[in-house]
Amino acid sequence: MASSPSGAATTPAPTITAPKRPAGTLYRGREGMWSWVLHRITGVAIYFFLLVHLLDTALVRVSPEAYDAVINTYKTPIMGLGEAGLVAAIVFHAFNGLRIILIDFWSFGTKHHRAMFWVVIALWAVTMAAFLPRHLMHVFGG
Amino acid sequence: MTTEPVEWPRTARAATRNRGINWEKWGWVYMRVSGVALVVLIFGHLFVNLVAGEGVNAIDFAFVAGKWADPFYIVWDTLLLWLALIHGANGMRTLVNDYVYRPKVRKWTLRALFASTAVLLLLGTLVIYTFDPCIGDPQSSGLQELCAGR
Ligand code: HEM
Repeated sequence: MASSPSGAATTPAPTITAPKRPAGTLYRGREGMWSWVLHRITGVAIYFFLLVHLLDTALVRVSPEAYDAVINTYKTPIMGLGEAGLVAAIVFHAFNGLRIILIDFWSFGTKHHRAMFWVVIALWAVTMAAFLPRHLMHVFGG
Repeated sequence: MTTEPVEWPRTARAATRNRGINWEKWGWVYMRVSGVALVVLIFGHLFVNLVAGEGVNAIDFAFVAGKWADPFYIVWDTLLLWLALIHGANGMRTLVNDYVYRPKVRKWTLRALFASTAVLLLLGTLVIYTFDPCIGDPQSSGLQELCAGR
């Protein structure tokens, strides 16, 4: 960057002061960054579950006994809690994915991406409040 | 501090206009289009399998046979398989590009990712379309009645 304007002495050089901290970026700091971190972690977690899930489902092509033996482990308390965590991850990833799409295609979304993060959290909480009691009743028998 | 003048051109490589299909762009578009469809497909899948009726306790071989007796669920599960696995694998490709620095390791990681995706797409599709409710011993699946004629 040129430090002194040459040949344009009539206009004074603008004074630019460095901001105290980075601001105005979508992905650095605060809601923008944490939504990205959560989106990435949940995406990877769901991916690895999907790999396992495709293989366990493929057992229906082997025999009823083989499939039932494996799927019955999904009904144990520990796996039941794992399913709760998996659903929590998917619901966040899904709602935040829609938030990302709104940011990409709609100027309103870019402007209000922080507020939309809290909307995602609220929708996630409501969905989990509807899902968890019922699922935990199925798993722990209530 | 002095500022070094940098000779033109100032980038190591001149910007070139790539001809042909912009795969990176279509991958980006795919993540969004499949994402919208997956919200419906996954939420429906979770509702039918985990929420409705007896939830996870109802799932067994006969439950799967019941679903796939209906073409609706064959289409649903096929879409789920292809859209979710390609979406997930393409997302993992982004992570590999972000975190795997050594060119050779990256190349082979991407190849393994691609190969495992292709194998699982094939396997999953075959499982859906060659499914046989009367495989093995119908006694253990409780489908004797359905399979009696076979
Ligand atoms: C439920 C509906 C879903 C929606 C709306 C959704 C949406 C998105 C969007 C918009 C992106 C961002 C892509 C980008 O930044 O270019 C993304 C990334 C990703 N998604 Fe999904 N997705 C969904 C389901 C899934 C599923 C089922 C999986 C796993 C099989 C998955 C795994 C990933 C991964 C690994 C990434 C990359 C994360 C990153 O680059 O940080 N997603 N998703």
